[in-house]
Amino acid sequence: MSSQAHDLQGGAGWRAWLLSASPVSRRQARLGRSYIAWLSFQSNHLAMLGLGIVLALILVAILAPLIAPYHPNAQILTDRLQYFSWAHPFGTDELGRDIFSRIIYGSRLTLYIVILVAIIAAPLGLLVGTSAGYLGGWVDKVLMRITDIFLAFPKLVLALALVSALGPGIENAIIAIAITSWPPYARIARAETLTIRNSDFISAVRLQGAGRMRIIWSHIMPLCTSSLIVRVTLDMAGIILIAAGLGFLGLGAQPPLPEWGAMISAGRRVLLDQWWVATVPGIAIFVVSLGFNLLGDGLRDVLDPKSGGQG
Amino acid sequence: MSGETGRAMIEVDKLNVIFGLGADRVHAVRDVSFRVPEGTTFGLVGESGSGKSTVLRALSGLNPDWSGRVAVAGQAQKPRRDKAFYKLAQMVFQDPYGSLHPRHTVDRILMEPLAIHRLEDPERRIERVLGEVGLGPDFRFRYPHQLSGGQRQRVAIARALILEPRILLLDEPTSALDVSVQAEVLNLLQRLKQERGLTFVLVSHNLSVVAHMCDDLAVMNHGVVVEELAVAQLKRREPQHPYTRQLMVASLGYDRAAVDRFEDFAREG
Repeated sequence: MSSQAHDLQGGAGWRAWLLSASPVSRRQARLGRSYIAWLSFQSNHLAMLGLGIVLALILVAILAPLIAPYHPNAQILTDRLQYFSWAHPFGTDELGRDIFSRIIYGSRLTLYIVILVAIIAAPLGLLVGTSAGYLGGWVDKVLMRITDIFLAFPKLVLALALVSALGPGIENAIIAIAITSWPPYARIARAETLTIRNSDFISAVRLQGAGRMRIIWSHIMPLCTSSLIVRVTLDMAGIILIAAGLGFLGLGAQPPLPEWGAMISAGRRVLLDQWWVATVPGIAIFVVSLGFNLLGDGLRDVLDPKSGGQG
Repeated sequence: MSGETGRAMIEVDKLNVIFGLGADRVHAVRDVSFRVPEGTTFGLVGESGSGKSTVLRALSGLNPDWSGRVAVAGQAQKPRRDKAFYKLAQMVFQDPYGSLHPRHTVDRILMEPLAIHRLEDPERRIERVLGEVGLGPDFRFRYPHQLSGGQRQRVAIARALILEPRILLLDEPTSALDVSVQAEVLNLLQRLKQERGLTFVLVSHNLSVVAHMCDDLAVMNHGVVVEELAVAQLKRREPQHPYTRQLMVASLGYDRAAVDRFEDFAREG
């Protein structure tokens, strides 16, 4: 490492260090691997566009108070339903709130929902799927039948039922979406586990005396995560749409929260005369969903060796 | 038999392995018995499907569905093994492309057994074992996809050796490698055996590999040991059973006339 640190050609030195065929530390090996994945990701322009959209969403959410010209709930009733102007770039809604500011603050809610659902649903599905696949027998039967039961309902309908049972609100919407979105992840993780559970490297670690939990945790899960990350990223768009759908139906975020679905719902009443009130949040949902989809497609090319990427 | 006086490291008595039930029932290994003295190499020879690998998997503890008696280092083994057994006997697999975890570096692969058995001083052990199998420190943080087949098999051997076992179970350790690399890996195994006084059980379909490596061997066909003999007898070309002779002819290379004379020695009774 130290020899490369002396390299005067700064950037080139780092590149060589990352691409070294014989890394000298765990960290270098891991970073090198990530760098190669990044190089192949970079060459996919649509994926980079998706990454840009998602990064922009994150940035906007973090910097919302700095970007937004108004407070999202500030009502100026004299300025109701105004068309685009310098003062209000995306116009105002029926309570005279600046739509641009509400979209900016709404990105926080969108991100909040997406991240929480991913954090709850993906690990749950991964755990259920890998356990079922590796342990087999009755554990597999019980876990997969439960998964089948969840899969038998349309996502939105089950989420609706759960939210009406739990009561409307953004937290309950998140719980409902998370509970309805883990079963496909469990299916994927189980299928991956079944293909690797009898491979020699798993046999080898069994012959070293490793316990089942150790095998699942450090040998099977790492191989399932990449296809899961791809799938979760592709599902983000769906999660956003379901959250917006629940918001639209009044079961998700409650007023006055600037949730995009709820904003569409409110704008629906004036759709014919003041079309922008419903359209702007719709475009926001569309752009962000598209961003996640493009990112997911790009990640699949990089992470999933089966789809012919350079892995 | 060669009449070796050494203590028996492995004793297998009337080992039977049956897969499946009812119509799908396959009696893969039938009443196989053999004895491996400490410090020797025992070969199991036979064509694909003869049950030789199945014997090895039962011996290693990978397949718990067997009946009979298996004793290792004087201790009778149950189908489920304990940690102490895995420290005593390790296995090297046939396919070095499938036996290393694709997302783990060599370092991580070697660290795993040390972590499982909580052995002290992992750094020194990893460096030493890499040196012993002829891979320098350069290879320590590489991923398997950055290694050639021979290098991978060396890593697999290092992984088996790092627990300092007394027995290595070798499942066709060279058949997936090209010929020049085969010799390197076989010589490495021979050297390690001498340095460490290891006992080997080698499964192979290749009679010349077996003649090079083994002291005694058993020839298997259709799940039965058809003949047991010392390598000296094999080298003098005096096996008794026609199946063994047929294997010998086959190992000389492809000969149309000889292949046409081959018979299927289906089990009698």
